[in-house]
Amino acid sequence: MRELSLNILDITENSVSAGASLIEIDVIEDTSLKTLSVSIRDNGRGMSEEMVENVRDPFCTTRTTRKVGMGIPLFKMAAEMTGGHLELSSRVGVGTVIAAHFKTDSIDFTPLGDIDATILTLITMHEEIDFVYRFKIDENEFVLKTSELKAILGEVSFNDIDVRMWLKDYISEQTQIIRGGVT
Amino acid sequence: MKTLEELLAIKAKAQANITTRESADGSAEVTRIVVGMATCGIAAGARPVLNGFVEEVSKRNLKNVTVSQTGCIGMCQYEPIVEVFAPGKEKVTYIKMTPDKIARVVADHIVNGNPVTEYTVASLKE
Ligand SMILES: Nc1ncnc2c1ncn2[C@@H]1O[C@H](COP(=O)(O)OP(=O)(O)OP(=O)(O)O)[C@@H](O)[C@H]1O
Ligand SMILES: [Mg+2]
Repeated sequence: MRELSLNILDITENSVSAGASLIEIDVIEDTSLKTLSVSIRDNGRGMSEEMVENVRDPFCTTRTTRKVGMGIPLFKMAAEMTGGHLELSSRVGVGTVIAAHFKTDSIDFTPLGDIDATILTLITMHEEIDFVYRFKIDENEFVLKTSELKAILGEVSFNDIDVRMWLKDYISEQTQIIRGGVT
Repeated sequence: MKTLEELLAIKAKAQANITTRESADGSAEVTRIVVGMATCGIAAGARPVLNGFVEEVSKRNLKNVTVSQTGCIGMCQYEPIVEVFAPGKEKVTYIKMTPDKIARVVADHIVNGNPVTEYTVASLKE
């Protein structure tokens, strides 16, 4: 993928498909350690141990009948190429956490890209799901909780054109403030 | 700076519109715009296509048009793929969609009922 934010969208769509009602996305950069960590946590249906093994290393296991997905392997590869790694833990009926750790000074580091567009897409396409998005660079942090926005909006949808434009501007302003904090 | 107070004001305005919109919708049939958002679609550029359709439809205030997403449509090499289901019409499949094609698809096809054939999968056979 051209941008990590696209991997994040793709991986989070798995949480949506797993029937999650709450999804937490953390994007945390440490500029002195030169690391970026992305974690996606959901309370969806989860995966069995066997499934976790399969998904994590689809090319090492003997192919089963099911088609092998590409989303998690691509995310894992993006992390490992930089000298980082991917953690995946899941429990049936409880949920799943996927965390990818990147080394940002690697020449193979894929830039984060338009993370704002990923967040806007997720929260507007899946209004029934509560998202908690945390974007942190060093000491600066922006946290977006859709439940708080829903409490303000009541029956008014995120896809009302004015609401959507407000959300878009709000997220991009907050991102800029966090990024601006980096010298 | 965007503030939550501002959002509250937007809500009040939107709420006034909701009632009128609901009565206008009535029972008319819905045209569905469906964007493929599996890994293959996302990698090929489906995110701005999906957002572009959502915004074009709502900017034009089109009633009875929905934009939604689906998984892998099974022709990964032609992603981003967008399917349009209009009432009483056969499905139209747009391939290799990009944001710059959206305005025309919405104007010609969604609003006026004329699919943009040169962007569809049918154009491959010619
Ligand atoms: N958060 C999750 N909760 C439950 N199951 C999951 C989760 N993430 C992945 N899975 C399971 O792992 C499989 C593989 O995921 P992966 O993203 O690699 O591919 P995919 O979604 O099947 O296909 P695609 O390549 O189109 O993304 C999924 O089909 C799903 O069964
Ligand atoms: Mg997937």
